[in-house]
Amino acid sequence: MTPTSFFIEHRHEILAATLEHLAMVTVAILGATLIAVPLGMALIERKRTRAAALAAANVLQTIPSLALFGFLIPLPWIGGIGPRTAIVALVFYALLPILRNTCVGLAGVDASVLEAAEAMGLTKGQILWRVRVPLSFSVLLAGIRTATVITIGVATIAAAIGAGGLGTFIFRGVAMVNDAVILAGAVPAALLAVVADLGLGWFERRWKVA
Amino acid sequence: MPTGAPMIEFRAASYGRNGRPILSGVSLEVPEGELLVLLGRSGAGKTTLLRLVNRMLLPTAGEVRVRGRATPQWDPIRLRRDIGYVIQEGGLFPHYTAAENVALVPTLEGWDPGRVARRVDEMLRLVGLDPAELGGRRPRELSGGQRQRVGVARAMAADPAILLMDEPFGALDPVTRAELQKEFAALARKLGKTIVFVTHDVHEGLLLGSRIVLMAAGRVVADAPASQFLRIAHPEVQAFAAALDSAPPTGGAPHAGGGP
Repeated sequence: MTPTSFFIEHRHEILAATLEHLAMVTVAILGATLIAVPLGMALIERKRTRAAALAAANVLQTIPSLALFGFLIPLPWIGGIGPRTAIVALVFYALLPILRNTCVGLAGVDASVLEAAEAMGLTKGQILWRVRVPLSFSVLLAGIRTATVITIGVATIAAAIGAGGLGTFIFRGVAMVNDAVILAGAVPAALLAVVADLGLGWFERRWKVA
Repeated sequence: MPTGAPMIEFRAASYGRNGRPILSGVSLEVPEGELLVLLGRSGAGKTTLLRLVNRMLLPTAGEVRVRGRATPQWDPIRLRRDIGYVIQEGGLFPHYTAAENVALVPTLEGWDPGRVARRVDEMLRLVGLDPAELGGRRPRELSGGQRQRVGVARAMAADPAILLMDEPFGALDPVTRAELQKEFAALARKLGKTIVFVTHDVHEGLLLGSRIVLMAAGRVVADAPASQFLRIAHPEVQAFAAALDSAPPTGGAPHAGGGP
């Protein structure tokens, strides 16, 4: 069986796995964004805590993905076999790029602009929302883009703990020694990553100021 | 506020950081409507003195009173909204148009949109910019001189009683700088606001100021009406007078040594 005929024959399964993959990645990125962006905002004026948080996120990302899944499975509540455990691990992976870019972006706003904002009597909240966030939005988006691309890749491994997604085909194909089955998972996963990178990159450039 | 009471008053105000004194026992009164020039070399403490007025810094000893009230007693947001602030390069918000920059403080103050729009037009015209042509431009689409004009318009938008200006024309080319200095001198006379103007350029100080205060190493070393300033015998005054003499005799702006 050629890869093409396998693709055509199993298109519904492949589409379902792609959507499953996408759902896992979307939930993980949303979760990581909801944690990392507010955290980065809260740490604007706390340099030491910020360094500690970035170091912790760095450690999380250093753990090999399969090992991280392994660590999570025995944990109560979040552990076990299935997509929930996988999503928690993916959130951990996505934290670092988003947190790092949030911190770098918010802190990197031109000092004279911040000085003027403070001198004009803007409150800390107004400086955050009217100055820091709009001026660092493209940097923040770049973090989300990096995190998304990483997460699409790591999510293929999540099939190893029964989370579904495109990795299912890859693992099955490796077990069956069947290239067509491997490609049925690998090609859509690669395409997802490239499309996400280009799409988010376009969005990011639209938001770039000056 | 009783008439004649100083708008800004420094009472033996000092400021230090990490045990290093930046300002030492400055006492100074700025009456309402005066254009006071703070002159001094880089690092003399001029900017620090300015930042004590709008509570960006609090004095480590002594006190600073604005409209009769010590700065720690002021709500910093309230205080700053009533003090216009212009810095070198303007500090304009790059993501706002010129008009939006000018509109910011009146909008935060809750003015209704129609009044804000009229005020923005009025302010841009006041600083010599055509609102229809330039109001919609972002700062990067304006020249340095235009940006600085927008900075002045923004500082005055909510009609503050006090203007603080920190080397506002320092980054401009000599020709544009001379233009803006001349226009600003006329504008300041017309508006009659209390202005503290920081510069290291003695020519600019003499052109604009009704009174000149010279600072050196965190202290006030001379304080005189502009017309009598150069006659003071203090060596630091004479150093600045010498700088004036060595300037090219163009009648325009002398080279201020490049500026920072």
